[in-house]
Amino acid sequence: MSTNGTGAPVISIRDIAKTYKMGDMEVHALRGANLDIYRGDLMAIMGPSGSGKSTLMNILGCLDQPTAGTYKLDGLDVEKLKDDQLAEARNKKIGFVFQSFNLLRRTSAIDNVEQPMIYAGVGSRQRRERAKAALESVGLGDRLDHHPSELSGGQQQRVAIARALVNQPAIILADEPTGNLDSKSGAEIMCLFQTLSQKQGITIIFVTHDPRIAQHTRRIIRISDGRIIHDTPVEHMENACGKESLEAE
Amino acid sequence: MNINFLESAKLAIRTLRANRMRAFLTMVGISIGVGAVIALLAIGTGVQNFITQQFSSAGTDLVAVTPGKAQRGGPPGFGPQAVLTMADYRAIAASAPNVVADAAEFSAVGNFAYEGNTTQVTVNGAMPGFTQIRNWGADQGRFIDDSDIGGRSRVVVLGRTAANDLFPNEDPLEKIVKINNIPFRVIGIMQTKGASFLGDQDATSFVPLTTVQERLFQKQALAKSGERIVSAIYIQVSNEQARIETQQTIKELLRERHRLQEGDSDDFTLTSQTELINTFGAVTGVLTIFLGAIAGISLLVGGIGIMNIMLVSVTERTREIGLRKAIGAKSSAILNQFLTEAIVLSLLGGVIGILIGVGISLGIQLFVDFKPVVQPGAILLAVGFSIAVGLFFGIYPARRASKLNPIDALRYE
Repeated sequence: MSTNGTGAPVISIRDIAKTYKMGDMEVHALRGANLDIYRGDLMAIMGPSGSGKSTLMNILGCLDQPTAGTYKLDGLDVEKLKDDQLAEARNKKIGFVFQSFNLLRRTSAIDNVEQPMIYAGVGSRQRRERAKAALESVGLGDRLDHHPSELSGGQQQRVAIARALVNQPAIILADEPTGNLDSKSGAEIMCLFQTLSQKQGITIIFVTHDPRIAQHTRRIIRISDGRIIHDTPVEHMENACGKESLEAE
Repeated sequence: MNINFLESAKLAIRTLRANRMRAFLTMVGISIGVGAVIALLAIGTGVQNFITQQFSSAGTDLVAVTPGKAQRGGPPGFGPQAVLTMADYRAIAASAPNVVADAAEFSAVGNFAYEGNTTQVTVNGAMPGFTQIRNWGADQGRFIDDSDIGGRSRVVVLGRTAANDLFPNEDPLEKIVKINNIPFRVIGIMQTKGASFLGDQDATSFVPLTTVQERLFQKQALAKSGERIVSAIYIQVSNEQARIETQQTIKELLRERHRLQEGDSDDFTLTSQTELINTFGAVTGVLTIFLGAIAGISLLVGGIGIMNIMLVSVTERTREIGLRKAIGAKSSAILNQFLTEAIVLSLLGGVIGILIGVGISLGIQLFVDFKPVVQPGAILLAVGFSIAVGLFFGIYPARRASKLNPIDALRYE
């Protein structure tokens, strides 16, 4: 299954279902999904809108609880967690990267990166150091005190990636991370993700409908009508580094 | 995982600084409220002190006996009118214990004339003891002495206002004025007392008691018994403890002299300065609290302003709240953050308000006779109240923020 997975899966979901009530109607967003994700995976979850892709991402991200099934995340039984424990799981185990960056305005890059550590109870001195190191690792060591409005889209997304990395999470969940970027910046961001995966062995899950992103991963999961219909390794992963855009060469 | 208050306060200040104008305008509401509470309480306390001072300057440990019972409802003087007489005065002066000084008084309004000038002021039939008892004497010339009393002299001591009215351009001493068409020689001018809440205290005059009772107002001052009437008897005692004993003696003596049966109420009233001070103190105390409460309403309005701004802020920052939850903020941390912001706002507003209140209290001294007093208690009250306002009006928006669903909040446009 996994091309790069080793040892026990970091994520293991079994028969996950999610049903919403909309008035008298029951909407089955997920109808029993099974999935194992291994440490170091670089993968994409794909599917059209309405397929249950977002629901799966919310459950994987501990933002939402499944109606049925089990979800093991790095040793945690997520389906049994209460709200505060879910918050703690998001804080410690998951790094989010969003399409629209979601940085705090009027707040410097380094302060933005410090935020997750505030909720983790890290002391202020250590926060500074770790935030600085994280920004250096995404190539923004010279932009620590810049505010989001003073940074380009690509740079803002790098700050967001540094923020996602800073608590050393088990997985990074990236929701259309290149959606708001021009093609060159998009390629640079994908290159950064690939580098993080190769050099540091970080588990990265993209949620996207963009096949060009998927081409730059090692594994593609396709979801349709609430079920996982394909789970295929990518034979020839494209290298995003040095490219002008994400188009295949 | 709990973030401490200092961390929250820093975050709150950073957020508020990001929106300075809004934060400032919100704070102004609280500042005005706190400033008003402090200034009004200071003014109230100042007035209270001023009144106490006024009474004290009239002489403490003073017991005044006046005819009639203290009226509580019903027209005064209804029923047979009791009077106090010189005989009552002499009996009290002779037998009451602890007496340091005593004097009787008979007052009526007289028409004064000097050449073309006329005025109408109170004529106080007074005794020499007056100066010690009331702590008030002649500034120029002299006050009434024993020989004036004995000789029923036609002499008058004028209050400053009466003197100025009658003698705008000349020295009144030794001049002859007519009171109710009877000529009187001016022997003195009283020290200036100034206006008080009792009216212009200098629009008055003093004539020997015997002269008033037997020459000026002989009809009004004659009781059915043939005794001369007095309108008040003043007894000064040695100290506060003695006052109570003396009052008791006077009460028993007068009840016996007036042949009051057991069960009859007194036909006279004993008033002491201490009691007056206490009564007025209670009245002004209530007034002070009342003023403070009115000012408190503006504090409440300021609090509603905070709630309004916090609600707007929560809506505006929905995505921020979603993000914070996504990166690991518990509901309690979000609640904490917004509550801290509200409290920091109201507390800062409170501190500015204290400065405003103290400033007003100091400034107002330039325009009024009394001195407003800012008490530490008032400052504590104001600070405590503004924190409470922040808490009370901050809790609803903060709860709303903490209950947002992170998925919806992140998707909010």
